[in-house]
Amino acid sequence: MELILALAIGVLAGAGIWLLLRPRTFQVIMGLSLLSYAVNLFIFSMGRLNQNMAPVIVDGVLLEVAEYADPLPQALVLTAIVISFAMTALFLVVLLAARGLTGTDHVDGEEGSDG
Amino acid sequence: MSGWLQHLIIMPILLPLLIGAALAPVDEQRRGLKLGIGLVGTVGLLVIAIGLLWQADQVSGAAPSATYLLSNWPLPFGIALAADRLAALMLLLTAVLACATLLFAAARWDRVGVHFHALFQFLLMGVNGAFLTNDLFNLFVFFEVMLAASYGLLLHGSGKQRVRAGLHYVAVNLAASSVFLVGVALIYAASGSLSMADIALRIPAMSPADTHLLETGAAILAVAFLVKSAIWPLNFWLPASYGAATPPVAAMFAIMTKVGIYVILRLWLLLFSDEAGASAGFGTHWLLYGGLVTLGIASLGMLAAQDFRKLAGHSVIASCGTLLAGMAIGGTGATAAMLYYLLGSTLALAAFYLLTDLLDRIRDFGADLLAVTVEAFEAEGMVLPEPEEIGVIIPAALAFLGLSFVACTLMLTGMPPLAGFVGKFALMAAALEQGALAEVPWSTWVLVALLILSGLAGVVALMRLGIRLFWVPEQHRTPRLRVIEAAPIAGLLLCCILLTVYAGPVLDYLQRTAEALLHGPAFAEGILSSEPVLREGH
Repeated sequence: MELILALAIGVLAGAGIWLLLRPRTFQVIMGLSLLSYAVNLFIFSMGRLNQNMAPVIVDGVLLEVAEYADPLPQALVLTAIVISFAMTALFLVVLLAARGLTGTDHVDGEEGSDG
Repeated sequence: MSGWLQHLIIMPILLPLLIGAALAPVDEQRRGLKLGIGLVGTVGLLVIAIGLLWQADQVSGAAPSATYLLSNWPLPFGIALAADRLAALMLLLTAVLACATLLFAAARWDRVGVHFHALFQFLLMGVNGAFLTNDLFNLFVFFEVMLAASYGLLLHGSGKQRVRAGLHYVAVNLAASSVFLVGVALIYAASGSLSMADIALRIPAMSPADTHLLETGAAILAVAFLVKSAIWPLNFWLPASYGAATPPVAAMFAIMTKVGIYVILRLWLLLFSDEAGASAGFGTHWLLYGGLVTLGIASLGMLAAQDFRKLAGHSVIASCGTLLAGMAIGGTGATAAMLYYLLGSTLALAAFYLLTDLLDRIRDFGADLLAVTVEAFEAEGMVLPEPEEIGVIIPAALAFLGLSFVACTLMLTGMPPLAGFVGKFALMAAALEQGALAEVPWSTWVLVALLILSGLAGVVALMRLGIRLFWVPEQHRTPRLRVIEAAPIAGLLLCCILLTVYAGPVLDYLQRTAEALLHGPAFAEGILSSEPVLREGH
């Protein structure tokens, strides 16, 4: 499981950074989204990877603290998802405004030689 | 501490939040009302900040003067706000800047787009929250509040140039936010806590493996803050985006780089204090060399700048470089001097950004800019009132502009007799006093040399632009200035002068601030000892 998760984070982050460095605004926004997915998975994994642990406290069942999954990273991920979603929406608006005003989807607002 | 006074510490966050929320639905046509409410809010912040400052200075030692457990959750599980001398000082600085820039914006800039006043208040909320919070993830949330408002403010007025600069600014900051989260997650993985105070007290007892993880996390986190505080090579976005922003917004942004500096100073001194065992002083060299390189390259940038906005952007970077290097020198004297320099440079930079707007008017430059943005808005069906010259016109406008320009130059370059000089001098003196002269490390000599050379570069650059503007009499249009535009600049410069005149008391206060900062664990224990409030009947 560790290997799969590590590969997933690595691939997402790698693809995100590569897209972030591309010259088209749409590629940049996709890159930022992929990067935020990678970060969310990363935060999640920082609560340690466990299997078969109780996610929430059930009434009447008494368990040791060590038998529960760490709830904090889950809460953090939830907040991070909401914030990154809002920021992506905002970036989308800026992207459209830039496209409308400059007539190109190049990040510099003008066509460079690098296309 | 009892009664309503215990809630004073959360007011710098609540007040802008409520006022911003109240302002958002108000119709754009009712400018007077919006401005009035906004001003009530910022003046309220000023009063609260003075109250907190007074409160903070009553405490002896490093313990925070006030802590506030949000929703009454006990520490270290809940989020705590904590005020001490440094936080109160930064709140006061923010409130002063906010009053000045809001007043300046009222002259005309708040009309070039929608929701200026609401966004302005949300920006203040984020900045104040970042100064007060003691929780790493809560810090992230306040950073995002601040950044979201700043995106809106940067795009305020629209136009091709702003949208293009805004696009870069948003992309850079979103990437930095990802880095921020990675850093926070690593620190949580290593320490099992998000409370800064709790982490600080856990560090000495950490296993070596966890220490490495924590240091990695701290370094990654620092990158996020260093992007905000414009260290080289993470600062290429700054001159362009600050230059493209409307002048009052750019002036307010002068505090945002200082938020990055503040967080680095606070976290670095708290987590890696002398008592932190193996990790004590982690990252000192990075801050020092990073600061030095930033300062050096910003000086070159100043020399290369061909207009006031670009020059101001490079001055922001130069002041950040000075602050980072000054921070890394360490010790009470250097930290106090660096904080003094921070106050002076922030006020002067804000004044300078406001001044650029009026200086442009001599060349009839700003008028075109406004015309473009007015067009953009009229195309969307918004009717804007004519930018008529209402209000009292001040006499001798050119003399006022010239004098303000000279004052800004003196402040930014650190020439006597103003506060910029006092700050730089105190910093050099503190850096050289750390031992026998022969034992002073070469990096300190480099810092001293760079401080002097960057001052020289600033003088050359500013004088060149000044001469080109003021000493070409036949091209002058006598600008018409209104009191509402001149007063904020005069007020900010007056603050600089007061800072110079009362340098003694201010430096004493900063000395106490620095002493408290250098005793990180005592501050952390002070926060962790705060108990939830017990209510009767529960």
